[in-house]
Order: sequence, then C-alpha cells, then structure tokens
Amino acid sequence: MDTFAALAEPTRRTILERLAANGNMSATDIYRGFKSSPPAISQHLKVLREAKLVRVEKRAQQRIYYVNPEPMKELEKWIKQFAATKEQEFQSLDKLLETMKADAENAPLLPFE
Amino acid sequence: MANKTTVTAEAGKQELFVIREFDAPRELVFRAHTEAALYEKWVGPDDLAMTVEKMEAHAGGSYRFLHTRGGHVYAFHGVYHEVLAPERIIGTFEFDGLPEAGHVIMGTTKFEDLGGGRCRLVHQSVFQSVQDRDGMVQSGMERGVVDGYNKLDELLSGLRETNTASA
Repeated sequence: MDTFAALAEPTRRTILERLAANGNMSATDIYRGFKSSPPAISQHLKVLREAKLVRVEKRAQQRIYYVNPEPMKELEKWIKQFAATKEQEFQSLDKLLETMKADAENAPLLPFE
Repeated sequence: MANKTTVTAEAGKQELFVIREFDAPRELVFRAHTEAALYEKWVGPDDLAMTVEKMEAHAGGSYRFLHTRGGHVYAFHGVYHEVLAPERIIGTFEFDGLPEAGHVIMGTTKFEDLGGGRCRLVHQSVFQSVQDRDGMVQSGMERGVVDGYNKLDELLSGLRETNTASA
C-alpha cells in the first residue's frame, strides 16, 4: 500500500497525529487510546510500517513507535510543485487581465476581441 | 507586490484548494474563465497549442478543450452546473486520457471582490477518492499541462491513441 492510501484511513491518521504529538509511543499505549481491539489497531500499525510512515524500535519487551517524516515530505513536495505550475498559469492570466483592463479603458464601447 | 498561488491539500482528504489574488476586477477574471477566446490565452503552458473546442458557459452546458504537443492530443471536458457572473462557476472536470473512465472531479471556483479593482479566486476540487487526487497531481495530469507533459507522456505510453482519433 502506498503512502497516500495508508493516510486515507481515519484511524491511521489519528495514530500518526498522536505519535507526532507525543514524540513516540509504545504499542500498548497506542492500543489503549482506541475502542477498537488491539488486533485491529495492530493491523493499522502494520500498514503504517509498510508505508514507512512510522518506524519501530524494540526496547526490552516493548515496541516503541515513532513518526517517520520522510513520506510526509513527499506530499509537501508535490503540493509545492502543483502550486508552482498553477502560479505559472496564473501569471499568464495576469498578463491577459492587464490587456483586458487596458482595452476596457481605451475602447469602452467596443467588446473585447 | 506579486500575487502568490496557495495550494492546500491535506493528507488523506479527497479535496484540494487553489487560492490566488488578482490585480483586476472579478468581472474580468470571470470572463477569462468563461469566454473561449480568453480562456485559450492563459490556460496551459506557452509552448502548447490550447484549443477550446466547446465552451457553453451556462448551467447544463458543456466544455471540451485540447492541448496539443507534437502528435499528442490531451483532451479535458466537463459539464457546467452553475455559472453565476461574476461570482462563481461550478462544474465537473475530466481528463479523457485516463486508462479508466469515470474519474470525475467536481470543481467550484469563486471570485471574491476585494475592492480597489482587486479580487480573490478560491477554487475547490473534490475528487472521488484520495487516490484520485494524489494520483492526478503525482502523475502530472495537471502539472504536465505546464511543464511539458513529461510525466503525462509516461502515464500515457502504451495507451492507444483513441483520444487523438476522437479529438
């Protein structure tokens, strides 16, 4: 499952939000925060691990979860690229609007084009 | 001062917002969205031929436009649900070249009067799924329109040129 599909599920987003807020959490602490059964939450954690959205460290008998920020950066990256391309397009629109404004001032009685 | 485009796409959601201010009255920005001769002048990159095949900018009307580069034609179409001058345009948006039909985007574009001959465009796209939204931008379906369709060419490679034929 890819990053975006992994993020699409509300419980998994909640897990990530709690991990981000707490820095790290043990699997037990994560289970405690949900009404769903531990196996159900465990399944969500597996998806998050496979999507590399979280990483795990084993500490004694505990599994400690951390947010892995790298895949998040991927999302930010494409949003920036998308914004840059829209900006290029809107700059073309800016130029057109200048022409339209000038036309409206110079020849108010004639329709544009 | 230069105006800046803001894109908001929250992780895991199926919508995205594009916000941009213009140093022009909203009446003009609205016209640039609803008159074919004007729309052709700014949508897409300079090195691509942009042709508006049809633009019936009224409720129930439809539109179709083509970007052409080399032998490739990329077609986009949709249906207007509401066209209220100079305030808003609501309608669907589809890319004809996807391997699977039916991935419709619902778009709402609002033009807010800021006074002093300025306005703000607020566009919301609602996709059928998070995958549709992220896939579109990642694949370059939109970005490709501007940066030369490099990504889109990859996406389309191997597909039959049915859209070119029907265009």
